[in-house]
Amino acid sequence: MDRNRLQHQVACMRRSLFDQGYLDEPFIQLEELQDDANPNFVQEIVTLFYTNSARLIQNIEHALNSRPIDFNKLDDHMHQFKGSSSSIGAKKVTNECTVFRDYCSAENAEGCSRSFQQVKQEYAILRRKLEVYLQMVRQAAVSQTA
Amino acid sequence: MVSGNSASSSSLSMKSDEDIVNNNNNLRVLVVDDSPMIRKLHDMYLKKFGLKVQVAENGKQAVDLFHFGASFDLILMDKEMPIMDGEEATKELRTMGVTSMIVGVTSLDSPNEKQAFMEAGLDYFFTKPLTTDNISFILQELNKKNNKN
Repeated sequence: MDRNRLQHQVACMRRSLFDQGYLDEPFIQLEELQDDANPNFVQEIVTLFYTNSARLIQNIEHALNSRPIDFNKLDDHMHQFKGSSSSIGAKKVTNECTVFRDYCSAENAEGCSRSFQQVKQEYAILRRKLEVYLQMVRQAAVSQTA
Repeated sequence: MVSGNSASSSSLSMKSDEDIVNNNNNLRVLVVDDSPMIRKLHDMYLKKFGLKVQVAENGKQAVDLFHFGASFDLILMDKEMPIMDGEEATKELRTMGVTSMIVGVTSLDSPNEKQAFMEAGLDYFFTKPLTTDNISFILQELNKKNNKN
């Protein structure tokens, strides 16, 4: 794929991630932190986000399956997930975390289970889109230096 | 006691970037957070401003650093951490006589929890994620504080 077309595709994909509400401002701040001295900064942060998220999702699943449910522990885990999601600008994931925490405050186990499925779904969608986007960004960077 | 995201600076121009980096070369910052992602993120933000950054994974590590004679101009303190949380660490540091600027950085929602954290001895409080405008504001206040002393 020629260089200009690739760059155009990257720009379109980036715009759609924001227009469709998957990402917001903090992601732009991440991109602005990336420079020649740290050319993979965004990818490194996103990778840490994936690792962190996997651990927290497992913790939340475990807490939801425990009887009785410890809603304080559940809320702590989701609070952490919400914090890291918002730090990279994962807007839809963050919003679903907020919904979950509302159910948690109300000690509504069924509500928590349902909204957790939404959290996981939004996270999975975002992860797929980011993986494709960042791969295209890498390809575009390689084609620029070629 | 000040909280929120008050900041007056707009996006940094190339010229003001250089000035700010030069002014901040001697300032040491401790980032206290149990999340590797947040530590890396804040580390990068702060280094862009020319600051020397050290990280700690929880409140106890932060307190231990001071016990062993370390000193920092600024501490960015998360609230929810294992072993020793940010509120307890802040209280401990103030009891030890630490006068560094301590800024709480957390995603707390509850006003009561925010209030309790501020009352532990914070100078400022910001909700996550920290932004470059937040850091600009913090550094302005830190420089004012250092100029007074």
